[in-house]
Amino acid sequence: MDPFVINTLASIVATAAPLVFAGVGETLTEKAGVVNLSLDGTILLSAMAAFAVAYNTGSLWLGFLVAALIGMAIASIVAVGSIALEQEQVAIGFVLTMMTADLSSFLGNPYVNLPGPYVGQQPIPFLADIPLIGPVFFRQNIVIYASYLLIVLAWWWMMRTQPGLKMRGVGERPASAFARGVDVNAVRYTYTALGGALVGIAGATYSLVVKLGWSHNHTAGNGWIALAIVIFGGWDPWKVAGGAYLFGALKALGSVLQRNPAFQNVPTQIFSTAPFAMMILFLALTSSGLTDRFLDLFSPKVRNRLEAIIRGRAPAALGQPFHRD
Amino acid sequence: MSHQLKERLQALAWLILPIIAALLFTAIVLLLVGAQPLQAFWEIARGALESPAKWADVLTAWVPLALVGAGMSLTFAAGLWNIGAEGQIIVGAIFATWVARNVHLPLWPTLFLVIVAGMVGGAFWGWLTGLLRVYARVHEIFGGLGMNFIATALIIWLIFNPWKPARGATMSGTEPFPPNAWVPRLGHTRLPPLAVLMAILAVLLAYYLLKGTRYGLELRAMGKNMRAAFLQGIPTHRHMLSAFILCGAMAGLAGALQATAVYHRLIPRISGGYGYAGMLVVILAGYRPEWVPAVALFFAAIGVGSPRLELNMQLDASLGGVLEGAIVLFVLLAAGLRKRLARRSS
Repeated sequence: MDPFVINTLASIVATAAPLVFAGVGETLTEKAGVVNLSLDGTILLSAMAAFAVAYNTGSLWLGFLVAALIGMAIASIVAVGSIALEQEQVAIGFVLTMMTADLSSFLGNPYVNLPGPYVGQQPIPFLADIPLIGPVFFRQNIVIYASYLLIVLAWWWMMRTQPGLKMRGVGERPASAFARGVDVNAVRYTYTALGGALVGIAGATYSLVVKLGWSHNHTAGNGWIALAIVIFGGWDPWKVAGGAYLFGALKALGSVLQRNPAFQNVPTQIFSTAPFAMMILFLALTSSGLTDRFLDLFSPKVRNRLEAIIRGRAPAALGQPFHRD
Repeated sequence: MSHQLKERLQALAWLILPIIAALLFTAIVLLLVGAQPLQAFWEIARGALESPAKWADVLTAWVPLALVGAGMSLTFAAGLWNIGAEGQIIVGAIFATWVARNVHLPLWPTLFLVIVAGMVGGAFWGWLTGLLRVYARVHEIFGGLGMNFIATALIIWLIFNPWKPARGATMSGTEPFPPNAWVPRLGHTRLPPLAVLMAILAVLLAYYLLKGTRYGLELRAMGKNMRAAFLQGIPTHRHMLSAFILCGAMAGLAGALQATAVYHRLIPRISGGYGYAGMLVVILAGYRPEWVPAVALFFAAIGVGSPRLELNMQLDASLGGVLEGAIVLFVLLAAGLRKRLARRSS
């Protein structure tokens, strides 16, 4: 196999990893019925904090830990503000994303463009030697491997365990979950904090693994993409991860095209923004009436199956506060 | 103490409390980097207010915030999160730039066309987000963000290709417009009085539409419950699109004014983040247009004052955004806390 192709595929897998963490994290949060809109700022702040901590202490793990705690703290503000204080979830999330983005610029100023510690390559023995699959998936590092595990684990937890069932019930029909004795808001706090921690880890994965170091607005835009791929992936961890890899592929395609002499007059900014625009276009296409008409060409049985693949349904109580009475 | 006075004092306390909390939070952030909080707040205040030239700058920065805030009070009334204002500002500036570069008439006819073009550009971009929402069922947060990304790519492509200056393309933008497309300024300041007047008119228009017309009443009904509004026979699709178009026109006007009144050229960062900051303004204003001018003035002052931190304290100016965000956040949280305490005591 052409080493260029293998390198490109391996870089897609790596650059998608933070989006997998953030996307799956937000999926868990939204499955319990809460929208955490603060992802973009949270990723920025946790990326900055992870780099600053690792730079000052020399400990990468401490960097990841602090990033996870920051993600958890910001998500908890969304949860407390919307559940206990009954403010609009989207408003709190938006304000937080703006504030934490500026906070990352302010506090991260001394760390701009500094060389610092990072997670190096850690091939898995034997697996790394499988042709094609080995170099693409198993010549990465422990953080990227963890992102694969997270997809499986999140799916298993959501779909195959008792607590996962409870969580989905809270996101779909909080009133009946409550009637069965589930503490709806406790479940929501838990998964919002857990999802937030994963979003924080996504930030650390940028600054310590795939987009090393820190600069102003280092990861800006990626949090919005993570939010979009949760919808794109229909709140299903596998498809959300698929969205992350698709986005990684679009980005890689951009940088390949950019080096092509035929495109030398096109400003680089176009290549960096195009994947974002295309992602939104995908969303538009899959949820539009056009897709309905396409689906109507098939028999009802096939139609339902196809629809389940193409688009998922949002948790019925997503974003809605739950009151006991 | 009379009952009424006590109630008023309480209301005042609930207004001041979150602002103190936000200042404390920002002070902690400053202490984290080893800076003197009081000195930093003083620098921001001085940077915004120390001279008439600075007051003029604050008023100049107030214009786009007030325009975007007025426009968004309409979309928010209908329950729409028009996060795409940033892109609408950019496209308004692009349309205005096209006119400024290609129309060679005396000052006032040129300015009229430039401003109309800006409004049309912003309205067009808002309409597209509306179409995505209404016909493709893309939530306006994602549709709007997608349109923002596209607008950003478009403006950079224009500045680096067809509109690049003779000396070569840079991030400093196009050649200056011919002077017949410059909005006149007040004396030696940077303040364009015409722009201020138009922002005031936009706020009045938004207020009138929301409080004095059937259209505004129907928008607010949609914001309360879209489905119920639809069942009552309100043309929800048409109203959503028109709200996007009106907000887009105001944001596009802001973009046209940034280009022709402030920079006299098109620059890549023409929107200056006013689309997002305007959203904070309207949230803090409780989504009510009558509160937009005051809140926008406050934010404009912070925005003009905070670059002083870089000059005198070697701190990043983004602290201004931290302060703004913290104020909005604590105001929201305090409103919730107040409601919760009131319910518990009753």
